[in-house]
Order: sequence, then structure tokens, then C-alpha cells
Amino acid sequence: MNAQNKRLPGGGRIDRSYPVEFSFDGQKMAGYRGDTLASALLANGVTLVGRSFKYHRPRGILSAGPEEPNALVTLGTAGRREPNLPATTLELGEGMAAESQNRWPSLAFDVQSVNGLFAPFLSAGFYYKTFMGPTRRAWKVYEHFIRKAAGLGRAGTEPDPDRYEVRHAFADVAIVGGGPAGLSAARAAAAAGARVALIEQDFLLGGQLLAERSDGAAASWLNQIEAELKSFDTVTLMKRTSAFGVYDGNVIGLVEQRDQVGPPRTGEARQTVTLLRARSIVFATGAIERPMVFANNDRPGVMLASAARTYLNRFAVLPGRKVIVTAVNDGAWRTAFDYAAAGAEVTVADLRAAPPTALVAEAARIGVTVRTATRIVDLHGGRAVRGATLAGPYGQSEAACDLVCVSGGWSPTVHLTSHLGVKPRYREDIDGFVPGAFPADRFGAGAMMGNYATADAIEGGHRAGVEAASFCGKSAPVSAPSKLDLGETITTMLREIPSAQGGKAFVDFQMDVTTKDVELAHREGYEAVEHLKRYTTLGMGTDQGKTSNFLALSAMAALRGATVPETGTTTFRPPFTPVAIGALAGRATGHHFKPFRRTPMHDLHLANGADMLEVGLWMRPWFYKQSGADVNEAYVAEMRNVRQAAGLMDISTLGKIDVQGPDAATFLDRVYANGFAKLPVGRARYGVMLRDDGIVFDDGTTTRLAENRFFMTTSTAKAADVLSRLEFLLDTAWPELRVAITSVSDEWAAMSVAGPKSRAILGAAFPSLDVSNEALPHMGLHESQWEGCALRIVRLSYSGERAYEIYVGATAGEQLWSRLLEAGRPFDLKPYGVEALGALRVEKGHVAGPEIDGRTTLDDLGLGRMVGKRSSFVGDVLRRRPALLAPDRQRLVGLECIEDGKRLRGGAILFLPGEKAHGHGRGRITSVTFSPERGHYVGLALLAGDVATEGSEVVAVYPMKAETVRARIVSPVFLDPQGERLHG
Amino acid sequence: MAPYSAFQIFRNALSGQKNWQRAWRAAEPKPSYDVIVIGGGGHGLATAFYLAENHGIRNVAVLEKGYIGGGNVGRNTTVIRSNYLLDGNTQFYEFSMKLWEGMSRALNFNVMFSQRGQLVTAHSADQLDGFGHRANVMRLNGIDADILDRDEVRRLVPYLDFSDTARFPIHGAIFQGRAGTARHDAVAWGYARAADGHGVDIIQNCEVTGFIRDGERIVGVETTKGRIGAAKVGLAVAGHTSVLGAKAGLELPIESHVLQAFVTGPLKPLVDHVVAYGADHFYVSQSDKGGLVFGGNLDGYNSYAQRGNLGVVREVAEAAIALMPCISRIRLLRHWGGAMDMTPDASPIICPTPIDGLYLNGGWCYGGFKATPASGWCFAHTIATGKPHPLIAAYGLDRFRTGRTLDEAGAGPSAWLQ
Amino acid sequence: MLRIECPCCGPRDHDEFRYGGDASVSRPTHDDPDPEAWYAYVYVRKNPAGLHREFWQHVIGCRQWLVVERDTRNHVVSSVTFARTSRA
Repeated sequence: MNAQNKRLPGGGRIDRSYPVEFSFDGQKMAGYRGDTLASALLANGVTLVGRSFKYHRPRGILSAGPEEPNALVTLGTAGRREPNLPATTLELGEGMAAESQNRWPSLAFDVQSVNGLFAPFLSAGFYYKTFMGPTRRAWKVYEHFIRKAAGLGRAGTEPDPDRYEVRHAFADVAIVGGGPAGLSAARAAAAAGARVALIEQDFLLGGQLLAERSDGAAASWLNQIEAELKSFDTVTLMKRTSAFGVYDGNVIGLVEQRDQVGPPRTGEARQTVTLLRARSIVFATGAIERPMVFANNDRPGVMLASAARTYLNRFAVLPGRKVIVTAVNDGAWRTAFDYAAAGAEVTVADLRAAPPTALVAEAARIGVTVRTATRIVDLHGGRAVRGATLAGPYGQSEAACDLVCVSGGWSPTVHLTSHLGVKPRYREDIDGFVPGAFPADRFGAGAMMGNYATADAIEGGHRAGVEAASFCGKSAPVSAPSKLDLGETITTMLREIPSAQGGKAFVDFQMDVTTKDVELAHREGYEAVEHLKRYTTLGMGTDQGKTSNFLALSAMAALRGATVPETGTTTFRPPFTPVAIGALAGRATGHHFKPFRRTPMHDLHLANGADMLEVGLWMRPWFYKQSGADVNEAYVAEMRNVRQAAGLMDISTLGKIDVQGPDAATFLDRVYANGFAKLPVGRARYGVMLRDDGIVFDDGTTTRLAENRFFMTTSTAKAADVLSRLEFLLDTAWPELRVAITSVSDEWAAMSVAGPKSRAILGAAFPSLDVSNEALPHMGLHESQWEGCALRIVRLSYSGERAYEIYVGATAGEQLWSRLLEAGRPFDLKPYGVEALGALRVEKGHVAGPEIDGRTTLDDLGLGRMVGKRSSFVGDVLRRRPALLAPDRQRLVGLECIEDGKRLRGGAILFLPGEKAHGHGRGRITSVTFSPERGHYVGLALLAGDVATEGSEVVAVYPMKAETVRARIVSPVFLDPQGERLHG
Repeated sequence: MAPYSAFQIFRNALSGQKNWQRAWRAAEPKPSYDVIVIGGGGHGLATAFYLAENHGIRNVAVLEKGYIGGGNVGRNTTVIRSNYLLDGNTQFYEFSMKLWEGMSRALNFNVMFSQRGQLVTAHSADQLDGFGHRANVMRLNGIDADILDRDEVRRLVPYLDFSDTARFPIHGAIFQGRAGTARHDAVAWGYARAADGHGVDIIQNCEVTGFIRDGERIVGVETTKGRIGAAKVGLAVAGHTSVLGAKAGLELPIESHVLQAFVTGPLKPLVDHVVAYGADHFYVSQSDKGGLVFGGNLDGYNSYAQRGNLGVVREVAEAAIALMPCISRIRLLRHWGGAMDMTPDASPIICPTPIDGLYLNGGWCYGGFKATPASGWCFAHTIATGKPHPLIAAYGLDRFRTGRTLDEAGAGPSAWLQ
Repeated sequence: MLRIECPCCGPRDHDEFRYGGDASVSRPTHDDPDPEAWYAYVYVRKNPAGLHREFWQHVIGCRQWLVVERDTRNHVVSSVTFARTSRA
């Protein structure tokens, strides 16, 4: 095990009493509770952590936060494998096993680093200019190799065994960011009386204050305000929680990581997504330090100055002892001073000619070497930085170093503020973008607004908190926050002009975009920021360009001779930091992806040997296993039984709508294409509804229960759409109609007894019921009670046999089903499934989903005669558009197979005999079944009207099975055309 | 303009990349053109290219209000397929597929058209039968199509959910081997560069603010860069067709809706095809850079905001895991939205308009990317000749009046349900 | 999420609602035989980039159809009324 040879003996916010073991590329190491994976690696002297995307350059740890472009690792194995995780954001957990990525065979020796040698050929966009030949298909061959070389981590291929949650939350004021500005805002908003949610991605509150010494004024300030916040029961502190996106309606998407240190508790979610709806939002998201651009600026050992200070003060790690700090502003000097105090040998190379004298004097006092008007022009070293070439007023010189701290200024973290369209605004004095004007319910504070000094952040946060609370109507008086002045001076900012001297100077570390690439994009006319990004892949990495976007923008501005705002801004898209797709899905996985809808008789079907089928969200019996060895055998047997004896079918999935009111009949008369006004009480009628465009919408039956009351059924698939459409018409088109409609789909269990013996069975099941043809004729209704539940029997047939639809209160569904089966046993009553149901209706020539496909009209389906001369119903006018009446419109016909040993198939394309089988043909077969009645396959088809002559032949072509079969055009009603089986 | 080739890359590598030329000139508007194409997206740029290439009309300007390729051509999920059912659609998209197959060489710009195959899973016997019908139509129109059973699907894409906890078990799939993806930005840039090579002016940051009329006829446009005359004006501004149409006095059967797209961080090869979930709204492919690129359904309300909402993000995530459980731990890196022209039958509108001199190309719904070359080809023909190209005869504006709609899904006429 | 203030149920996420499209088009009376009027009603849309009157139904709630005024550029909802009482 590596000793923690870079760990300082004291200090930091780590718990030295709680050692944590972990491994990196199989090597066991130790850190402490309170470490991140990055700080623990640094403590163990690890400098080389990853390889870059394109050139496979060795890379170390650049940052201490989610902006990290280099130090990406993979955690876990099998279903828990998780690639592309920034080590800087991973709270160190016991047994954590991290692997480096994008290297082979090992991180230290990576064969593909040879790509660096080919760099002159691998310029930005080179692949757009080659790999085009020698043949059209050549790209496929090149692509195979390019794909293998691309990508960073490798994902697992097994299901994720862990659990995620999604929850909903509400707050008056949401505060994003737990640094000094956010903490101060939370305190102020809470004191004003608002319910506050404070969101912090880190496992500690404090933000940039955590880079301060853990025993100083900043630490006391933090302790005090944290205690104060905890004293409010209206404040929710959400640590380890990243605000990944801000969406319309002030909905903030949050993802919370489970505490990594302790073992997971059983059933605990690994991550929880919260949809937080806030009345107002305070953004206090801080700022991200910019790297500097010079040759080989990506060497392991190059670190953002603020990150270096964080590793030193928060994690008690001294990653280097010979340190060069290079900066364009004052902030980075604090890193130099702290490293010097920790015993490192420090040189400051400030690009400015005259940094503030106070800083220079302090440097002299503690032995920090200062070089003004000096910049780094090159770095040396491979897997770790060894030295730098400095260029100053007196020429170039070499300096040995093992850590280079860079600060090219700061970029306010405006990402979240722009998700809802607030455009960033350039602020010249800080040379960065801050949010443009906020709408009334959003506020900003601290470094995110460009106010970098801690004292300003606390003050600005306070003000934002008060205003955000006030927006929610909470304005209790609030005392001033405790002050904390860390004495930061923000004086001159110097725009660093990228140096292109020598080797590669990286703008985007992860995507390997260099200054040369930006120059090339400019030369070729890809000057718009979006073109630059897309052409060079700038900002497309896992870090989304958090450290690189501004550098590239300023490099492009320099090339164009324009200012930064003239050159453009970039658009920030959610998520701010990557979010596991599993977390977004929460518990809706596997069986729980969509709810199951089960009828009241579901369990009986299973007990009776049903093979169940998904029909939308419903589970329905497909066929019953005792009917046959497979579905094909079973459905024919079930059909035969219905035709010869009787079958029992669960039809509870039908949509059921109660329609009541003095104008109910008028209403139905308008929504159905066929008339309902004259339907007698106690009678049912088949009805067809059209869409406004004249296309058939749905069909079903409606029964008149009383003068002003109807019971409507719809198809299973359209139940919700029909209900909503009827409500739409009543609410928006005909509010004058006195009608109320209510869905009663789930209130009724429904079953159909069909077959010649159905009457006898009904009689046996309901001994007191008069089932005679006179008492209960075809389309007749019986209403009563059964076992304390409402009962409706409507004599309706879908199969073409005498049949009864029986509706009973849902709670009595199972009981009635069993009763019918028992009463029907002497009559050979057997349950049948949807496969037989579909076959029976084909034989009878009833249309269903395959024919009512959203493109057919009443006339197409042969239903035009139902309407006659009626008008003034929904869809009537547009159904008469000329193309819908054209003689070659495809219309419903019946087909019967006339070749022995062959069969018809749904989806076959129809041609005339002798016609070349090419194109779209004259029509298609929509539904087929083997007809036990006819002894061969029959089908329904949509066939061009000008050739649909009964008695003539067509050829049905099914190329996918290389089948061609002749069929005769017949009436679509294959069974009992006079309907004798229904009546009597 | 020196053609792109491996040799050019080699030469330029030796000279420090200093000799590459602009891919297209930074043109400023001339007083007038034979044809102005409004919209510097894929369709507009392709139209300009084919006007010059096929019809010799080179005095052409493409006017783009922002930067070229900034609209849907640079926002889509890059899927290209020709698996359409209806007469009119089938042939058009297959023609487009054939143009894709030769595009890189025709443009001398590698658009990385990768024919890796697309499959759509089926989750019931009925759905598989429906796919059989579709495949039959494709085969009878000379298009490749295959029907796969469950085991064949498993062999091809073993990482899908074949477990017994799948909510909607996989029964099979329809597969088109020639379908695939392309590098979307390259399509815009490639057409721009090739059109520019023919003398077409590509004018960025030039927003059309109005139309100039001479009587009933349109004779030019007002822009943020001044008045520009034109004998003919073609409109190719998907997402904003209604806005520009209104300026010309057209009210159209189009609604703008937002469709979201998603990408994960770069991964080593995992998804080798385009895979679409037949039980819900989710489809995915993997870019050459390694990101999984995926999409779902419309957000479902009129929108010109190029952003979507979290509800749909979550629905897409759920569907993603339902189809491929291993995606759970992969992280979503970025999601964005594009404004789609949705029509009442989900088919495009590309035709001459009732206004003399004005031609319309819009209503591509969420299928515009794959149509890019054929759309440009046929629109150029329509503008050049004044008559619709036969392949777009079905896409006229009058079809809603006559009833000859092309409703592939049968979902019409509410545009947002398409 | 768009937040829609249902006059019956209070502010709710839009995914509790079913979208019903443009509410500014006027539906011909049920017995209007003019194909042009029905064509315009069913198909032609202003589709503004700006304020849009549109129907939403609170399906997971009171089931009322509402008329919502919303800006299609930024989804700011400026008014919500019952469709029954807000016929244009």
C-alpha cells in the first residue's frame, strides 16, 4: 500500500480517525473520510490519472470540482460499471475501486499515445476532408477503426442492480450554491419567513471558503452560519445534491448522491432525483477558474491555482514542493503564499508588469520569488511536470518545478441561469460573462454575478435572499449577516493572449483542442462560436467546456480582431453536470416501466390457464392453454366452440361512459355518424364516430337506459381519447347542451357469453331471468341487481352468434365469471381469448383496429349506408372531400384463399392477376383468420374500388416470406349474411 | 478551390495547416438574384447546391438569420432510413437514401454516412405483422428490409432487455440494413461548400424581415442587410415556416413543436446500430465520437423555445432503460430541443404556393434530416421549372382541402399527436 | 414543467393536462355545411411565435377543458380560464 506521502501531518477537513481504503488501477491505497478520490490520489502521490481523448496525452488533476476535464475514472464492475466520472467530484468511499480510462495496455504505457506523432495530420475536422473513397461504402471500414479509437470509458452491458428514486418537492426560495453568497442568501430568506431549500453539490457547505485554512476566520464564519441555518425548521440543507437543470415553471432538477462513506442501507436509493418547484430562485453558483494557454499546458502537475489551494487547505495535501504560480490577477497569489507557508519553494510568474505592491512585499517577506511581466511558454516532463520555460523582460529561462498553478482569471458559473433563456452579458471589468436581466422571480449573488470578494458575496447573497423571500410575500425583518473579509483585492485583470509557441497549447483539455485548431477553424470560416465548437469538438466533452469555452472564445476574438461579446457567447444546455439516466427514470424500470391494467377477472384467467397478452397497458387472455398446443391451434378450437356451443370472453377493457341529461340524445346524435335520437329506451345500437376531418375515429355500442340516460362503450384502445373528445365538444363547442358524461370504465366488470347455447347458459346462471327472445331480443337490455351489485345485460354480438354482454359491478366480476362457467359447463361453455375474438369478428366481417387505422372513411369500410342522408354530425362535411370519394379509394372487401395448402396473411400486398408485383399494389390484406366454417383462410382487405369486383381474383404477395397466393374477392361477411344466428 | 483528399491533408500537415481556404466565402448580398433561398439549414443549402448543379442556376443566395446549420440540421439525432409505408413517401425517402449513399463523394466532403442498420423492436405478434406489411412494401419498392425474430434480435443487440421482467417483451424487429446515421453538421457545411463552389452566395446573419411585392408577385425580400431582389424565392425555414409564411400572407396547416434530443458522454463502442423501441418513444445510436445519441417524443404543445421540459426527459429515460437496462448508469451529458414544423398528417409540404414567385419547403415534422438531399433536389427542380418534381407530387399544400393526406401513422389531424 | 393554474384545482404541472391545440380557431356550428369553414377550423393555424390561446384539459384532476394564454417563445402563462366561460 502506498503511504500517503503527500499528506501533511495536520490540518484540513478530513477525519484522520476514519481511514478509508480504495484502489486505483488495482493498486491499494488509503485516504480519509472527507477526501475526494482526487485528493486521496494526490495524497498518495499519484500524478498521472487519465489519458486525453484524441492524442492520449498523459493527464493529471486540473481542478477540485465538477469542471474537471482530465481526471476521469470508471467505478464498479458488471452492472455497476460507471464510466467517465470526474475523480474530483467523487466522495471517497470504502472499497472504492477506480480504473483509469482510454488507455491500452496501461495508463503509464498507452499504445495510442502514438497518435500525438500524427498530430499534424489530425487537425480539427480532418475527417471531413478524407476517407471518402475509394468506394461509396469505404467509410464503413474506416469508421470501424475510428469508433474503436474514440470514446473514453467503457460502459457495462448488464442491468444496473441498484435503485433510484424520483420525488417532488416545493419551496418558496431555492438557493443554488452553498458558498458564502448562497449561505447568506439562505439565512436572509429564512429569516424573512420563507421556506428555503439550499442546494450544494459538495458534501460540505462552504464553496470557495473551503479553500481557506480550516482553522481561520472563514471556518468560524462557516460554523456560525451553518448552525444558524440548522436552527430554522424552514430550511432544508441539501448536500451532495447537484442542480442539473432549471426548467419552465421554476422547476429545478436535482440529483442527490447517497453518502458514499457508510455502507448502503437495504433498499436505499443510490441517487435521488428531486423535481423542486420554487417560487423564486437565488443563483449563487460561484465561478470557475480558467487555465492558461501555453505549450504543453496540459502536463500532469498543472493545476488551477484555486484547486491547488483547496487540496492544500481542505485536504491537507501538498501535491508539489517546487511550485510555480502563474496568474493574470491577484487571487492566485494567495495560493503562492499558502504553499510557501506549508514549506514549498514557490515562484510567482505574473503576466502583469506591476502587480500590487502589497502582494510583492508579502512575497518578499515569506520568501516567495516574484517574476513580473513573465509568463510560462512551455512545460517539460511526460507523466509529471519537471520544469518550465519562462519568458520575461530579460528573455527566457528554465525553472524546475513539480507543480504549476495557473490562473487565467475566472468565469462566473452562469450555466443554470441561462437554461431558461436568460442570455449571458459580458462584463468588461471582470472579462467574463454574467447573467443578463433576470425575470422578477430569479436572483443572483456572489461570484456568479462577477462579485468575487467574499465580503461582497455575503452582502450580495443577503440582498438576494431578502428580495427572493419578498417575491414570495415573506418580508419579516432580517438582521445583517456576520461579516467576513478575507482581504481579497480584485485589481487589474489582464486578458491572457494564448501563446502558440512550441508544442501543443490546449484550449480544451479533454477534447484535445489546441490553439492551432482554433486558428484552423478561423481560417476555414468556422468563425461563429457554434461552428467553432462543432468543427473542433470544443466543449463537447464530459465537462461541457467549463474550463475551455471562454479561452476558445477569447482566442477566436483575437483572431477575428473583435471583442469577446462581438464574437459571441455560448449556449448552456442542461444538465450542468452529467446525470445517470437511471436516476432520471427512478423506479419506473423493469416491470414498473408502465403500470399494468388488470381486469377484475385477471386472477381467474391465470388460474384457468390463460396465456396473457399485453394490449396497451392491459393484460388480456390471448388464448387458453387447454384449448390447444399453441395459439394457432387454440384459437381455432375456441372459435369452433363459440360457433357450436358457447364461449365466455372478458370484455372489461372496453371504455364505458355514462351519458346523462335532457340533451343526451341530441348530443349522441351529433357525435355518432349514425342516428341515435330515435333509439328506443331499452335498446342498444352500434355506432361509429368520425374525427373532424371525416376519418373514422372509433366504434362501439350505446344503449339507451332511460329517456335521458345512455350507456356508451368504446374500443379498448380509444377509451381515453373518446372520453376526452366528448368532454371537449361539450366544454368548447356545445356548452348549451345539458349533458354530463362520466367514465365508468373501471366500475363495471364486463363479459360476453356468445354462441348458440348462450341463452340456455344465461337462463341457468340467472334462474329468475326471462331470457326469451321476446323479453331480451337482439339489441335488447335487461337491468337488475345481482348479489347486491348492479347488473346490466345487453344482447349484443361481435362474433356473429347469439350473444349477451353482461356488465356487473367490478367487485362481483370474479364471482359472476365463475357462476357463468359453472352454469355453462353442461353446455360446453369455455372461455376464449382475444385471438379467437379477433378471428370471429373477421369471419363475421366486422372492422376493428387494422381497418380503422386512422386513414379510412365510413365509405371505405362499407359503413356509409348506416348514415344514409343524415348530416350535421361530427366529421360529416370533410368526409365528403373529393379525394375521399374517388372511385379508386381503397375499400373493404372480403378475400378467400383459392389455392389449396396455402394461406392468406395480414400485410400481404394485392395485385391484379398478371400484374408485375412492384410498388404499392392495389391494396392490402388487413386481417385474416382460418375459417372453420369455410375450411380455408379468409381475410379482410382494403382494395382499390375500381378493381374491387366481387367474384374476380387478386394475387396476394408477401415478399418477406416469398409467398404469392391467389384469392377471390367476396363479401366481407363470410358467415350468416342474413344475421339469422343473431336473432331469434 | 482545392478538393479535399488525403493528399491535401498530407500537404497541409507539412505546411502547418496554413494553406486551407475558407469552406465557403463570407458573402455579402448583391442587389438581386435569380433565386433567393431563405434558410441556411440543410434543406436550404441543398436546394441552392442542386439549383446550380442540376439546373445551372448559379445566381443564387442563401439567406441565414444566424449561422448556417444552426437549426434542426444541427440539432437532430442524425437517423437516416427509408422505411415508409405510404405511396408517395416510400419512393421519396428511398430516393433520398440513394442520394445519401453518394453524398460524400458528390460534395467532396465526408458527411460520414454510416449504414450501420436500423432496427425497430416489435412487442406483440400484431405489431410484428404490421412490420411485415411495412417490410413487404419496402421490398416491393426495391428497398432492403428484414424481419427478425426474437433470437435474431438478441444475437444482433444482446444488451436489450430479454429478461422475464421486461414490461413489454421483445417479439422481433424490423431491420433496414442500409439505414444509419450521418454527421449532421457536415451535411450543412458540405452543401454550403459545394454550393459556394458553384458561385452561390451564402449570407449569414441576414434575417428576412419582409417580402417585396410587385402586384401579386413576390420580387424580393427585405432583410437586416437591406433589400434584395429575386426572380424567385424559396422558403426553407423549418420550425419557423409559419412566421415567415405570415410575412408573405400565407396561413398554413403547420404548428411549431419542440422535440428534444439527448447525448451521453463519450463511450467505447456499445451500440452498433440505430435501435428504436417499438413499445414507446425512444431511439438510440452511438456517434463516432462515442456519445449515445437518443430521442423520444414531442413535448406536445406549441413552442418556439428551443428547449424542452423535464417531464419528457424523464419519460425518455424510463423508455431507454425499459429497452436497454445497461444504459441506467450511463450519464446524460446534454439535452436540447429543436422547433419542428408539425403538419396534420406528419408529411411535409413542398410545392409552389398560391403566391407567384414564392415556393414552400416545410412541414418536415421530425423527419427532415433524412430527407435533406431529396428535399433539396426536388425543391430545386420545383423552383427551376415552376412545377413540382414528380417525387413530391404528393406533398402539395392542397391535399388537406382535397383529402389526399399522407398520414403515415393515422394519427391526424392534431399536429401534436403526430 | 409548465405550471398551469387550474381555476378549479390550483397550480399544477402541465403533465397533468392533455393538450388541445389552438383555441383561437372558431369551430363552425355543428350543422354548418361549408367545407371551407371546416377546412380552416381543422387545418389552418396562425401558429404564432408569441401569445397563443390554447386548450388544455385537466385530465388528472377536474377534467375541465381550459383556455390558457401562453407565450410560445418562453412558456409564460398569462391567463387560464374555463373553456365553457371563455368562448372567443
